[in-house]
Amino acid sequence: MRSFQKLTSITFLLYLREPVAAFFTLAFPPLLVLLFGAMYGNKPVAMFGGYGTMDVSMPAYTALILGTVGFMGVPITISGYRESGVLRRFRASALRPLTYIMSDVTANLVMTLLGMLGLVLVGWLLYRVRFEGQVISLIPAVVFCGLSMFSIGYLIASIAPSARSAQVIGMVIFYPMMFLSGAGIPLEVMPASVQRISNFLPLTYVVTLLRGLWFGGTWDEYLLEVAVLAGVLVVCTALAARFFRWE
Amino acid sequence: MEPVIEVSNLCKTYNKVTAVDGISFNVEKGEIFGMVGPNGAGKTTTIECIEGLRQPDDGSVKLLGMHPWGARTTIAARVGIQLQESALPPRLRVTEAMDLFGSFYKRRADAGELLKTLGLEEKRNSAFGKLSGGQKQRLYIALALINRPEVVFFDELTTGLDPQARRSMWDLVKQIREQGCTVFLTTHYMEEAERLCDRVLIIDHGKIVALDTPEALIRSLEVENRLVFTIPDGRAIPRLDNLPQVRRVEWLGGRLVVYGCGERFASSVVNALEDAGVQFLDLRTEQPNLEDVFLSLTGQEMRE
Repeated sequence: MRSFQKLTSITFLLYLREPVAAFFTLAFPPLLVLLFGAMYGNKPVAMFGGYGTMDVSMPAYTALILGTVGFMGVPITISGYRESGVLRRFRASALRPLTYIMSDVTANLVMTLLGMLGLVLVGWLLYRVRFEGQVISLIPAVVFCGLSMFSIGYLIASIAPSARSAQVIGMVIFYPMMFLSGAGIPLEVMPASVQRISNFLPLTYVVTLLRGLWFGGTWDEYLLEVAVLAGVLVVCTALAARFFRWE
Repeated sequence: MEPVIEVSNLCKTYNKVTAVDGISFNVEKGEIFGMVGPNGAGKTTTIECIEGLRQPDDGSVKLLGMHPWGARTTIAARVGIQLQESALPPRLRVTEAMDLFGSFYKRRADAGELLKTLGLEEKRNSAFGKLSGGQKQRLYIALALINRPEVVFFDELTTGLDPQARRSMWDLVKQIREQGCTVFLTTHYMEEAERLCDRVLIIDHGKIVALDTPEALIRSLEVENRLVFTIPDGRAIPRLDNLPQVRRVEWLGGRLVVYGCGERFASSVVNALEDAGVQFLDLRTEQPNLEDVFLSLTGQEMRE
């Protein structure tokens, strides 16, 4: 337990010392609010069911953070650590592999929640964004979606032959999702063909679930989303565990 | 008493290349045991099989009475490992690394004391990425000792250290052993093996070439001693090659080199010269060392 706490807090510290990672998780989402808020404001729009652009962007940008951390942060860090020999060094110690993974997941979740907090704070201060859900229902959903998205990242890290290729795979997966899942741009403004593609992207289900809960929906209304994300989590975790290499 | 390390008929092959080919040896408690051999001889594979980081293809390895591959986490608490190639996150600071690795163990050494012994006190707040090669190496050694291990493994202990740091590392290793720790190391430096190790295993092409104390290895080889001296011009020299201890005599760049062996080799040559009334200058003896043993057993020079 002591090693878990220590490793988690150090992983978190290292995260903050890594300017690029910290920027994309903590600074980028509020910047999006500033940028798109200036463009669209937060006036109620019929297309969004009477909510403003910034209202619907809160859960969407949260999904964006999950995607950034899961598809970019996780694979780049893990495969980089493998390539440079950090994982070897840990493996030669008494640290249990499960503790290592749990610490990494926890630190990434804390980072995500912090990013979300900053995002919502800026959204509320500038646009008084509406939140009609239950925190007690939303936070577990963020954690659940996080686990699901991170498992994709661990799978990328497990199968990519090098840190460089992990980065490329992460980008190839992330960028289309950023635009086509509703995380970066609301799906409502997209043509029907894009909306059909989005059905194949896991991040779409994150956006739908978080947005539903954000505006007062309940988990049982989103069983499809929960099932898809749970499926991704189980399959990717099993594959990552099967193919994971320490060196 | 049960040996700390028992290796029997260890074999390991990578893609049809045999790295370790059926080697067996034991390491006793409190020993400083050294493994030397050229690059690709199988040193790292052997040490990593013993550490439990690699699975042997054949044969068995026991560390502290357990099979290391199956019982890694149980064993890890009792051993310390310095790897030949590894790294830490570049932005992790020295004290944080000590703190972090310390948290993995119940039994812990004083981190501050270790950093002091290893000369890293002034670097305690430096990031790992900013350390020099030698400083990184010393930090790895500190991390390997953080749990006051019963057995410690050093793969290429002093690579990257300057001669002075190397010598202080030898002192440290002896100190560790005096506290009852068993030391298993690999090295490129024959001087290191000779000065530091109680027993030395010479490995080449995955097989054991020799295994004994450095002194016994040197003796067993019957490598010749050399006696080198200068004789002033125009002096006739007596026949030396009929002395029982002398093997041959050579002129080498104006100097006389006498090869021979046996306990009374040097004195018999000196006596013969004195009996003949020959003056000699700059007399010195050259003794064989582990380097010569290595050269004669493996047919190659040990290089860095």
